[in-house]
Amino acid sequence: MSLLLTAAQTVGPFVSIGFEKAAVADVAPAGVAGERITISGRIFDGDGQPVTDAVLETWQANSFGKYAHPDDTQEKLLEENFRGFGRVLTDTQGGFRLTTIKPGRVAGPDGREQAPHITVIIFMRGLLKHLMTRVYFPADPANIADPVLSLVPAERRATLIASKAGDGNLQWNVHLQGPHETVFFDY
Amino acid sequence: MSNVNPYRKSYFDTQPDYLFPPYRSTVKRAPLQPLVQIPQTLSEITGPLFSAQDVADGDWDLTAQHAGEPLGERMIVSGRVLDESARPVANALVELWQANAAGRYRHPVDNHDAPIDPNFTGFGRVVTDAHGGYRFKTIKPGAYPWRNHYNAWRPAHLHFSLFGQGFAQRLVTQMYFPGDPLLAFDPMYMSVPDDKARQRLVSAFDWENTQPEYAIAYRFDIILRGRDATPMENPR
Ligand SMILES: [Fe+3]
Repeated sequence: MSLLLTAAQTVGPFVSIGFEKAAVADVAPAGVAGERITISGRIFDGDGQPVTDAVLETWQANSFGKYAHPDDTQEKLLEENFRGFGRVLTDTQGGFRLTTIKPGRVAGPDGREQAPHITVIIFMRGLLKHLMTRVYFPADPANIADPVLSLVPAERRATLIASKAGDGNLQWNVHLQGPHETVFFDY
Repeated sequence: MSNVNPYRKSYFDTQPDYLFPPYRSTVKRAPLQPLVQIPQTLSEITGPLFSAQDVADGDWDLTAQHAGEPLGERMIVSGRVLDESARPVANALVELWQANAAGRYRHPVDNHDAPIDPNFTGFGRVVTDAHGGYRFKTIKPGAYPWRNHYNAWRPAHLHFSLFGQGFAQRLVTQMYFPGDPLLAFDPMYMSVPDDKARQRLVSAFDWENTQPEYAIAYRFDIILRGRDATPMENPR
């Protein structure tokens, strides 16, 4: 039996009515192990204008590289109080800010470990279906052999790697179009 | 090791393209570079899991969030969340947001000249039961104008957001109402290429759940991506 997949539709301009209340800007409660990080950035449209009505959702493993999910059968430490889900909205400048911990490495398609990364989904008015991407960490030696990053044309890989800002926090901007268009996935 | 059992790729015509110029906002927001195809790993097949503890008792009833009742036609919206193999998706988080009966959102950016209803916020959330079932009580939203093209009106709709069991199943969609003459003129609705997939966005009048003297019911089932029983045996 096969049912017809429901079609995606845009979140429209008023998604913050609900998602603001249901936002999760701090992914890791006190007591969760790992390096605390803040990722902030801005989202820009094809005219370079800030996108002020976007929602970013993030999903990640804990610092041991384990997802809080039964499909993750890796023998790694699970932390009761860490779900790994974040949801932030952009502000009037197109900016967002998420605090969390740096995830550990998780197994990849061939059993090799992937480089630490956060899975990202983006919704906004003007997107009939959501965008799917990832954020990786600057200067992580594991990036070089990452099985997913390796599928991205070399000249576009930088769009998926956060950079270290002056204040020590991580910065990651999203460009929907243009010469720095962020790499988006299909899977 | 991680032998992942991936979710099926969506059948091409069931989903809109990013770029659909009749919906003007897509022009500057749709990615123009080709998407990069990646294999599903643990990162894509897992995702946040929810349970009844994540929602409050009253979150299913959008008519009971204020001192008084909102104006408008009361309605019950219910349905099931299933995957493409017709397996119920239990514990799916279902979030709903909508305009009030006059077609106005309680949102600072909505400047439509229609009244705000002090008794209506327009947001609810529930978690599906063991059979994938969900249920909301709310009021029927009004149609509202938008400036996409001359005399553009959005057909009455509810916005739905769903979390299944993995990020690969994530879905945001809209539910429409049967017999709405505005549908044929709506670029969002018309962005879905396949006729049948488009029509599935239209709810059905639900006599069984309609409550005498109280509320009309509509049924809206939602289908999330499924998994093949034997991975990659029959690529479509
Ligand atoms: Fe709407």
